[in-house]
Amino acid sequence: MDFTHTEERQLFKDSVARFIADTYTLDARNRAAETDLGFSAEKWAQFAELGAIGALFSEEDGGFGGAPFDVTVLFEELGRGLVNEPFLATAILGGGLIAELGAAEQKAVIEEVIAGSKQLAFAHGEPKSRYDASHVETTAKKSGDGYVLNGAKAVVLNGGAADLLVVSARSSGAAWDEDGLSLFLVSGDAPGVSRLSYSSIDGLHAAEIRLENVTVGADTLLGAEGKAWTAIEKVIARANLALASEAIGAMEVARDMTIEYLKTRKQFGVVIGKFQALQHRMATVLLEIEQARSSVINAAGRFDGSRVEREMAVSAAKTLAGKIGRLVAEEAIQMHGGIAMTWEYAVGHFAKRLVMIDHMFGDVDYHVARYVALSKEAA
Amino acid sequence: MDLSFSPQDLAFQAEVRAFLKAELSPQLADKVRHNKTLTKEDMVGWHATLNKRGWLAQDWPKQYGGADWTPVQQQIFDDEASAAGAPRIIPFGLKMLAPVLMKFGSEAQKAHYLPRILDGTDWWCQGYSEPGAGSDLASLKTRAVRDGDHYVINGQKTWTTLGQYADMIFCLVRTGTEGKPQEGISFILVDMKSPGITIRPIILLEGTHEVNEVFFDNVRVPAENLIGEENKGWTYAKYLLTHERTNIAGVGASKAALAEVKRIAKAETVRGVPLADDPYFAARVAQVEMELDALSTTNLRVLSSPDAAVSAGSISSMLKIKGTEIRQSINDLARRAIGPYAMPFVSEALEEGYNGEPVGPEYALGVAPDYFNNRKITIFGGSNEIQRGIISKMVMGL
Ligand SMILES: Cc1cc2nc3c(=O)[nH]c(=O)nc-3n(C[C@H](O)[C@H](O)[C@H](O)COP(=O)(O)OP(=O)(O)OC[C@H]3O[C@@H](n4cnc5c(N)ncnc54)[C@H](O)[C@@H]3O)c2cc1C
Ligand SMILES: Cc1cc2nc3c(=O)[nH]c(=O)nc-3n(C[C@H](O)[C@H](O)[C@H](O)COP(=O)(O)OP(=O)(O)OC[C@H]3O[C@@H](n4cnc5c(N)ncnc54)[C@H](O)[C@@H]3O)c2cc1C
Repeated sequence: MDFTHTEERQLFKDSVARFIADTYTLDARNRAAETDLGFSAEKWAQFAELGAIGALFSEEDGGFGGAPFDVTVLFEELGRGLVNEPFLATAILGGGLIAELGAAEQKAVIEEVIAGSKQLAFAHGEPKSRYDASHVETTAKKSGDGYVLNGAKAVVLNGGAADLLVVSARSSGAAWDEDGLSLFLVSGDAPGVSRLSYSSIDGLHAAEIRLENVTVGADTLLGAEGKAWTAIEKVIARANLALASEAIGAMEVARDMTIEYLKTRKQFGVVIGKFQALQHRMATVLLEIEQARSSVINAAGRFDGSRVEREMAVSAAKTLAGKIGRLVAEEAIQMHGGIAMTWEYAVGHFAKRLVMIDHMFGDVDYHVARYVALSKEAA
Repeated sequence: MDLSFSPQDLAFQAEVRAFLKAELSPQLADKVRHNKTLTKEDMVGWHATLNKRGWLAQDWPKQYGGADWTPVQQQIFDDEASAAGAPRIIPFGLKMLAPVLMKFGSEAQKAHYLPRILDGTDWWCQGYSEPGAGSDLASLKTRAVRDGDHYVINGQKTWTTLGQYADMIFCLVRTGTEGKPQEGISFILVDMKSPGITIRPIILLEGTHEVNEVFFDNVRVPAENLIGEENKGWTYAKYLLTHERTNIAGVGASKAALAEVKRIAKAETVRGVPLADDPYFAARVAQVEMELDALSTTNLRVLSSPDAAVSAGSISSMLKIKGTEIRQSINDLARRAIGPYAMPFVSEALEEGYNGEPVGPEYALGVAPDYFNNRKITIFGGSNEIQRGIISKMVMGL
């Protein structure tokens, strides 16, 4: 066993950390969140230059990483900076699906993603699907050489800014069958695509997308018709690994801000950190975060194992991230008192992101149920 | 023991229902149910509607124009009004200041201020907290110095809820520096239009303007605005706080919020099955419901107790702790219930007259903002840590 990162990965982690600490401010982030784009195009370009996007792709796809631990180190730093540039939507989800399934010509777009010049989104979730990843009612009907897509997609991350959408649609089967799902590369402004973009409560952007008789060619099909499930499941697992890592970075910042506050805020003539009622709860926060970190290490370490092994470890990590993220968010606010309730003070923004991570790709209850089901498969 | 309502209570319940049906507009109820933004007119208007019926000051004695309801009647109204989607009663004048005026105010003060609270002439806000004086309220520094017929006030209050609408603020100010900090505090009423007052908004983490900072720069206040005696304000302040805390229990509002969670859980489906039938989710809801049902009875037990001392101090701490923690767990259920639609934040859609394209189901719009906003309830009115400290000291002698 070895719990240290390779030197190269450590250097990468340090350079991202330094870039964020030196140049990335919460204020600018929140201002960017209010623009139509939803993030800073300038920062995205700088991240690309730093190699942060490329770190999420394998060398054979033109990147210089792509391993599970590359995902965890990067997203932990992104969480620390509360970064709202679309790493998840563009690189992990959209880029990840193209990397998994794309034909050589289709993979050309990955180069543009890595360079920071192409935005992607995974148009997958639907108004009635909640967290159920195989629940897709959008249809893909064969027509001539291509397909016609019809349906509605919900809370599509980065859906408004995306140049290219990876759209999931059903070629066959019932609403939540795993079999029969296909993926298509659809231009964001293709005829028949309408997008309603909005900000999320934690400072990201998402969109409701309607597909009305969107006609696409056969060359837009990603992988084999009706056989996209395996890749979808795996890419969502990577997204959850990324989110659980992001949560750790955000939790540690919230923790450190709170510890610092306990050491400086005085009431009753002493710093409030002297009150044991707070000390013990802070100790709980600290040790729970270590648990979350270990579960992420488990998930990254088992990611390339069997499907069941991977999915169980990922569900465990996402469950702990959801549960502990909420604990940290709520305790950080409570132990700060009124100041944490304000927009001006940073900790509330970390708290909002932490709680919303539980609403992406499966909350605690979803992943516990999934873990139970997977355990039965494993037995 | 008998848990059933008397025939009189049942008749009262019917009367309340009929009143709500006739007087509460569906538009207003919809705003409340979906946590949309209430305008000042909404709040003032609802007070006026209640006042017309004589039901605004529910626990005031008749002599001051109150309804003088029994605790059971109050809870019946609270349950029914919350279930129907009525706005909450703004507590600062009615439930906080008024009891202090009645107990410690002069005849002239009572005659002047109580009717104005009822008819809405004065919107009151609470000027207790300061940047340096939160939990340790007695360390407050805002100074009031006597100058002839006036006090001259300098300093700052903060977290002043809905102060942007207020005509008047009741303040704790320092008038003495001798002895214990508690011994130099006075309770005074200040006109918000006085020269020297500036008010600045504080935006909360979910983007709303609900609280304010209030600055006092040589504000001259007539000495007749002092409540009771100089330097005795701490006694009055604590008396007020026990009322603030029981009010915070919010049993009716929690029942309505839990009912809304159940409505959402019926509408949300997982593979065609209502979320309400999901065993994980159903178990979460059931546990909160059990607690809330118990709290409802705790509340009545306390309020009905013939021993007045029971309803003060440590018992109000208990209602505050349980009431707020249950309410937060309902907020947590609601956010879980709406799934991915917790994320969209279309704040304009929470404002009156919005007719843009909807994002997600209407019931989801205000859920996450309310979850975050309600983190405040375990902090204000004396934090829950402070309440547990009070119970430790007062009840257990630790
Ligand atoms: C099954 C068992 C096996 C044990 N084996 C060993 C052994 O092998 N060797 C050995 O040396 N001892 C052993 N102990 C003793 C053990 O270490 C003591 O019981 C322990 O240190 C607590 O001391 P106490 O029982 O005197 O309780 P106290 O110290 O009197 O504590 C009473 C309560 O007050 C709490 N408390 C005390 N101080 C604080 C504080 N500052 N802040 C907050 N709470 C506080 C405690 O947590 C506890 O809940 C054992 C005890 C048990 C129960
Ligand atoms: C939305 C909102 C609305 C409000 N409205 C009003 C209003 O209208 N008028 C008004 O006057 N005030 C109002 N308040 C202020 C509120 O009463 C204070 O925020 C509260 O008293 C806590 O003070 P603080 O924020 O300074 O936190 P602090 O007192 O600094 O507390 C920070 C943390 O330390 C803990 N702590 C402090 N002392 C102890 C102790 N002895 N033991 C254990 N833990 C302790 C607290 O519980 C808290 O967790 C409002 C606050 C908020 C957030």
